[in-house]
This record gives sequence, C-alpha cells and structure tokens, in this order.
Amino acid sequence: MYDFKSLTDSIHTSLSAGLSPIMVTIIEFVIIAFAFMILFTLLGLILVYAERKICAFFQLRLGPMRVGKWGMAQTAADAVKLIFKEPLVTKNADKFLFNLAPFIIILSTFLALGAMPFAKGLHALDFDIGVLYLTAVSSIGVIGILIAGWSSDNKYSLIGAMRSGAQVVSYELSVGLSLLTVVVLAGSLQFSEIIASQEAGWWIFRGHIPALIAFVIFMIAGTAETTRGPFDLPEAESELTAGFHTEYSGLKFAFFFLAEFVNMFIIAGIGATVFLGGWMPFHIGNWEGFNRVMDFIPPLFWFFGKVTFLIFLMMWFKWTFPRLRIDQLLRLEWKYLLPINLVNILVMAFIVLKGWQF
Amino acid sequence: MKAIIKYISSIFKALKSLFRGMAVTGHYISHPKEIITQQYPENRETLKMFDMFRGEVVLTHNERNEHRCTGCSACEVACPNGSIEIISKRIEMPDGKKKKVIDKFVYHLSMCTFCNLCILSCPTDAIKMSQDFEHAVFDRSQLTKVLNKTGSKLMEGVR
Repeated sequence: MYDFKSLTDSIHTSLSAGLSPIMVTIIEFVIIAFAFMILFTLLGLILVYAERKICAFFQLRLGPMRVGKWGMAQTAADAVKLIFKEPLVTKNADKFLFNLAPFIIILSTFLALGAMPFAKGLHALDFDIGVLYLTAVSSIGVIGILIAGWSSDNKYSLIGAMRSGAQVVSYELSVGLSLLTVVVLAGSLQFSEIIASQEAGWWIFRGHIPALIAFVIFMIAGTAETTRGPFDLPEAESELTAGFHTEYSGLKFAFFFLAEFVNMFIIAGIGATVFLGGWMPFHIGNWEGFNRVMDFIPPLFWFFGKVTFLIFLMMWFKWTFPRLRIDQLLRLEWKYLLPINLVNILVMAFIVLKGWQF
Repeated sequence: MKAIIKYISSIFKALKSLFRGMAVTGHYISHPKEIITQQYPENRETLKMFDMFRGEVVLTHNERNEHRCTGCSACEVACPNGSIEIISKRIEMPDGKKKKVIDKFVYHLSMCTFCNLCILSCPTDAIKMSQDFEHAVFDRSQLTKVLNKTGSKLMEGVR
C-alpha cells in the first residue's frame, strides 16, 4: 500500500534544505491551503452536478442536459454566473455581521476538512483528539447560520436561523454519541488509529448490532446536521423562501451553497472513516490472499468510493422522504435517537468489556 | 409495559415505511428507461403528441382535393369567441339549381382557445384538431388562416 508519508517527507526535506524552519512551515501551510481550496472547489462543482443529476433520476427526469455533454459544464456555468452577480445587501441589515456570516460557515467547513484522512499519510491534521475536534469544529457552522439569519433583517431568515439553531444543537448530541460508540470499540479518538484498528475488518461488521444501530443513527443525525434532506427546515423553501440565506446573492450565496455540499462530504467522510474503515481496504479477518488482493486497490479509491456511497445514500434520503415539521424533528431526536443511542453505547461498552467483538 | 412495546413497535413500523419509500425511488433510479422527460427540439422527428391533443383546427381534405364542409356555419355559431368565419357563395349547379358552398373557411388562430366546441358541433365531421403545436410566427396576420385549399370542392354525397 502506497504511503503518502514518503511524498510529504520528501517535500519537507527538500524545503528545509535551503530555508529556515519558520519559512518551511509557512510554505507548507500555503501548499496545504491551496490543496484544500482546490479540493473545496472541485467538490462543490462535482457534488452540485451529482445532486442535480441524481435528484432528476430519482424523479424520472433527466436533469441538466444542455450545457456540455450530459450537462457536464452546467455547474461551471452556474459558478461563473454567481461570480458575476451583484452582491446585494438589505437596507437595514447589520453590514458587518451580514458579511461575516458566510466566512464563518466556510471557516468551519475548512477546519473540518483539514481533519479528513484521505489516504495513508495524506492527512493534514492528525490530532490525538480527532473525533472531538471534528465534532467541535463542524458545529461552529451553526453560529454562521444564526448570524446570517439575525443580520439580514428578514423575518424568514430569522425563523430559519432559529430553527437551524434548535436542530443542529440537538442533533450534535446524536452524532457525538454514535461516534463514541465506535470510539469505545477502537479505543482511540485519533483518526489514524481508528483506521488502523479496522485492519482486520470494518467496525460496522465487527461491532455486532450496536455498531449497525450507531451507523444508522449517525446517518440520520449527520443528514440533520448538514441541514439537508428531510431535515432542511432552516431553508424550507415552501415556507421560508430560502430560510437563512434569503437575502444573500452572488458570491456570498455561493459560499453558503458550497458549504452545504462540502458539509455533506465531511459527514460522509466521517461516517466512512469511523464505520467503514476510511481508506482501509475491505479485509476479512485473516484471509491473507483475499486481503492481499484488496490491497491492490489504492486507498484513495477506497476512501472516495465509500464517501460516494454514503453521499448517494444521503441524496436518496433527501429525494425520498418528506420534510419533517419542527416538533416532529425535535421529537425524533429527544424521544427516539437519544435514548436509543444511550442504551446502544451501554450495550457496546458491555460487549467491549467482555471482549465479544470480532 | 404496553407503552414500551408501543414505543419499540413504532420504531420498526417507521423503519419499514421508510424502506418502502426508498424502494420506490430506488426502483426509479435503477430504471432509466422509464424517464419521462422528452428532449424537445432534438426529438422533433420522432415526437408524437397524444391522441386527444388539440393543436389547431384543420379542414380535412382527401387526395382528390375534396372536403366535407357544407358551409352550414354551425361551427361559427358554436365558437364562443368568434375565431371562425365562414364566407359562403352560391354556385349554379348543372341542373339549374343554386347551391350554397363555402368560399373561404377563415380561422383566427390568435383568438382560438382550443375549446373543441366547433369540432363537436360539426354535423359532417369536416373539421378536426391537428397534432401540430408549433404556432410561432413573426407577424400576427399570419395567424389568420384560410383552411379550405384553393380549388377544393365539396365531397360527393355529403349534405
């Protein structure tokens, strides 16, 4: 299996040959920042196209077909349009907060993206508290949504922002607890160690039924945290025009839009890493030959394949289920997901204590 | 105890109904042949409108350039907004009798609401709705059409 550490180490040694350590650090930061910006843009373009196509196929339509072959250049054309649009600001809006909100949302997505393990060694931030860091950072986004709703001087924006506040704060619990279920199994909060612990098989298969329940809860709560799918109350277009980003236009709107799609990628990435083994190929216990064959597929393909599968699942949810009402949304979290999750984590702790996992 | 059973069974019921919904959309995405979107300008040659489609009123002519319109103007009377004007003339038959035939069957497409009343009122089934729907023209006067072809005459035996 190719280890990206050799590549990053060679870059580091060639840089430190002629430069002071501070300069090396700065240059490495810039390289990583550029890499993530390119990834961010590419993800936005590809995911928006995929969303429109898949949504169309779920509804027996064709989706964008005119711009380029099969409408491939549609999202690029949309991006150019958004860049050239006039950024409007409402008259009584709080100008400073209004302009700040999209950046807070983008900031939270970038910080979360930094902790994604893409392949062996291709991992920008590998904290020993990775899971905690990721859940903490991905919930900064809700502050951006609240600021956007508050500052745009629009009642629909404000209602949307308040709904998203209630929603994200509640579902954050379920996401954290379902991740903790696997942390109990893996015995570590560090992403690279969680992946390494899945060498003999992914946790979703090895963790009996509790891991499966945790995965289902994670997918539900993760979809709710990205304010997508059946949980898109903050922007509920039939009730609140566009919710918290009603008053935004042009590039600032594009930021919200991109952040939503990249958040979906992040949730799918966490799910893939924690439950489906991240970049770890599909291994079965000690079947040496089978494991060797699976190792020939590069880790990047495994990671992006799993993420694609989970994103497809989230899109499937979005285009199948009707939107929940706010009281149903909160009842689902507090009366169903949270108690099930607490019982589930207890059962999992008991299993680990007895050493019953495979 | 009852409440707990109800709680647990409600979870499974909910999951079952969610899976049923996902099965429906899963069927849709796995059967791309069932897509109903039509790519209109590209499929112009093969496009077929449904049978009851009301495109515009046409006067049917057979291959000998004969139509079935007797000029009774029932359609003109039936039309709620005056889209049809029948201008008739009298011609002398070989046996010396005078007969009323149509000179011009004028149809104002710009006023027509495609209500189908003229077709229903026609006693001889002379007119019908065509499938053609591309009505855009560059001048309004082109929307006023004369439906009977030049030199056409009444079909034998229609009265």
